[in-house]
Amino acid sequence: MTAVIEDKGAAAPSALGVVPSFTVTLKIRRFNPEVSDEPTWEEYQVEAHGTDRILDALHKIKWEQDGSLTFRRSCAHGVCGSDAMRINGRNRLACKTLLKDVNPDKPITVEPIKGLPVVKDLVVDMEPFFASYREIMPFLITSGNEPTRERLQSAADHAKFDDTTKCILCAACTSSCPVFWTDGQYFGPAAIVNAHRFIFDSRDEGGQQRLDILNDKEGVWRCRTTFNCTEACPRGIQVTKAIQEVKQAMIRRAF
Amino acid sequence: MQTHQYDVVIVGAGGAGMRAALEASTDARTAVISKLYPTRSHTGAAQGGMAAALANVEEDNWEWHTFDTVKGGDYLVDQDAAEILAKEAIDAVLDLEKMGLPFNRTPEGRIDQRRFGGHTRSHGEAAVRRACYAADRTGHMILQTLYQNCVKQNVEFYNEFYVLDLLTDHDLTTEELPDGAEVNATGVVAYDLASGEIHVFQAKAIIFATGGAGKIFKTTSNAHTLTGDGMALAYRRGLPLEDMEFFQFHPTGLAGLGILLSEAARGEGGILRNADGERFMERYAPTIKDLAPRDIVARSMANEVREGRGAGPNKDYVLLDLTHLEPAHIDAKLPDITEFARTYLGVEPYTEPVPVYPTAHYAMGGVPTNVQGEVLRDSHNVVRGLYAAGEVACVSVHGSNRLGTNSLLDINVFGKRSGRAAAAYAKTVDAHLPLPADPAAAVVAQLEDMRSRPDGERVADLRRTLQETMDANAQVFRTGDSLAEAMATIKDLQKRYRNVSVQDKGKLFNTDLLEAIELGFLIDIAEVTVLAALNRKESRGGHYREDFPKRDDVNYMKHTMAYRRPPAASDVADGHIEGYFDHVENLDGYKVVLGSKTVTQTRYEPMERKY
Repeated sequence: MTAVIEDKGAAAPSALGVVPSFTVTLKIRRFNPEVSDEPTWEEYQVEAHGTDRILDALHKIKWEQDGSLTFRRSCAHGVCGSDAMRINGRNRLACKTLLKDVNPDKPITVEPIKGLPVVKDLVVDMEPFFASYREIMPFLITSGNEPTRERLQSAADHAKFDDTTKCILCAACTSSCPVFWTDGQYFGPAAIVNAHRFIFDSRDEGGQQRLDILNDKEGVWRCRTTFNCTEACPRGIQVTKAIQEVKQAMIRRAF
Repeated sequence: MQTHQYDVVIVGAGGAGMRAALEASTDARTAVISKLYPTRSHTGAAQGGMAAALANVEEDNWEWHTFDTVKGGDYLVDQDAAEILAKEAIDAVLDLEKMGLPFNRTPEGRIDQRRFGGHTRSHGEAAVRRACYAADRTGHMILQTLYQNCVKQNVEFYNEFYVLDLLTDHDLTTEELPDGAEVNATGVVAYDLASGEIHVFQAKAIIFATGGAGKIFKTTSNAHTLTGDGMALAYRRGLPLEDMEFFQFHPTGLAGLGILLSEAARGEGGILRNADGERFMERYAPTIKDLAPRDIVARSMANEVREGRGAGPNKDYVLLDLTHLEPAHIDAKLPDITEFARTYLGVEPYTEPVPVYPTAHYAMGGVPTNVQGEVLRDSHNVVRGLYAAGEVACVSVHGSNRLGTNSLLDINVFGKRSGRAAAAYAKTVDAHLPLPADPAAAVVAQLEDMRSRPDGERVADLRRTLQETMDANAQVFRTGDSLAEAMATIKDLQKRYRNVSVQDKGKLFNTDLLEAIELGFLIDIAEVTVLAALNRKESRGGHYREDFPKRDDVNYMKHTMAYRRPPAASDVADGHIEGYFDHVENLDGYKVVLGSKTVTQTRYEPMERKY
């Protein structure tokens, strides 16, 4: 299809973002505990097209040069949350970052996200991340008899937590947080975002319990509003704002 | 090697697997084994909605929904199953709302509904608003909600475990069993990606919920991990695959990339146009136009391109026009897909039409089941203790073409049913049945062989060849010649597969090794897809043969059942296959026997399909 074919010099519409093919260098932080205890940096050169993403370049390396390069991926269009990594020092999804948008003239550095134990190459152990998520009771809590039909909710009430329902649990936010880097016990932005999603849901009755959990010394008060999380979120969630709303709810005990 | 015992083991943690887990785990000791973290499953990529005749915004009922499903599937749908799907849809949506799913709301606070392809009122009069939705991330919200409830219920997960074998007490690939003979599923063998260790799971009941196989094609909306694992494991164990020739090509994939843009874009008023700006669907489906079922829209688009009316420098795509919609409306109803257009093609949907072309999307066929989710080993005998639900399964509620929003429905209705049935069955079994001696031997040998081969061909080279031949020869338009060409390539790939090698020889997190194993699944699924397509000399739903452009109810109003058998086995598989399609394909070391299964008709006589 046209969109991935390189520009043949014809008057291709700019709309398609057709860019000629180019060579790009990726500098990847490799780690394999079966080989060495120390990580190393390795450089790879790849031929890329205008619509190629970092994930395409990683696949080209794995499929054509070095099969041992290890990373997670699945959907390849930014909805499954598998391939968060540190690209040129910023947390991004590899499948949502176009090579042409990260200055392909210079080597692009790719590292695993920070603050979680590295398993192999770009793969980290996600268990501590999911453990924090599970701790904030990420499910609807209600009491009394269930209604026969749906619970009613106004569009305005729905809008209060709509933004935080977008979270794909990729850990880009949590692993961009300087507090999380130095204190792995901190719940981290993703867990708070998911608490927000329920605290501000008009159907939920577990807000108080979640606020008590997050009032812990490893809870929301650790947030220093550096906004790294908001910048890192590939879903555009206003993460810092959500954390502030949880803090305010804690003070006012109103939500 | 580690061995585990559970009452119920569920393979796959997408929508169907987790919906089943929520049922089974309340009643039986249950484990869910998934090759991904549950929230990474491809249910999360579904966008537009989930159908249910709630009648929240206009008159609707489950009978109309049943009819639309049957007609949409070009009458190859089992009508008893479609009726269950449409009736139980209402509770399925309400269940999810009560679990917390944040549906979009009407001004009265009820679940909002919108239009979708092929869903109509009064048997085709006009489009009806039946799709319940959460913006254009309905699948994401279903997956999150089901996972949240699994956390609430303390469901036990084995994440990043690849199931590589199904254990049964009879070898169906070689034994010829009499009608009614009992066959039991006894467990599965899994590979722990993180450690490279083998785990054997012994279970009284097993549910396959492993999803689809879109990666047999190059241009696909499917995840890299959708490699048909569950289908291929069943097929290799001698179980049939049903209706594999029917693959859905979603009309609106981002041109050149295949990334899905929901049909909701057209449900919300988007229009398909050719290079001349013409709303060409008016010619192909005068009544419901852009909201015709996907097979018709995809074919119409491909036809526009073939006849020279495609847009773009190479005239090889059409345009999805949203520019007449209010930006605020787009932001509220279609935020994700418009962002995909911006991110991946640099197109601003507020002001520019989006280049689109059909993309391989959904396998209508799969492991045959009855309406309880029990897996069939031929046209009517079940495998005791084995269930399947979701895209891996073929009930068949989708027939030869699935309607949009019916798959999110399918996973919920039949996930729930199979979860309940599996737990109930497990309770009737006193003790676990014995496993074969050394149950993991085949998997261990397969992995060791692959790991220790000398340098051979690359997995990626074979996979690319497979995907390119499938796109070129078995896509929207097919002919006997094109399919024969695909089959020749697949036969060659089956041979070359024996010489592929991996570079990563390690134990830990060896994705190189698993990609090689997954390639084997893909080649097997492509083989059965193409053979079934060659054999069906008619056009119906998603399967369009240019050499046989008409539907042929006299010869082909029946489900295809494909069996892999050793060369020495009788051609009638296990001796009692219903009147079959007269086709046996001999391959290197085995053969594929194509049998059939009757289509269940209840209320609706097949009619010509017009929209």
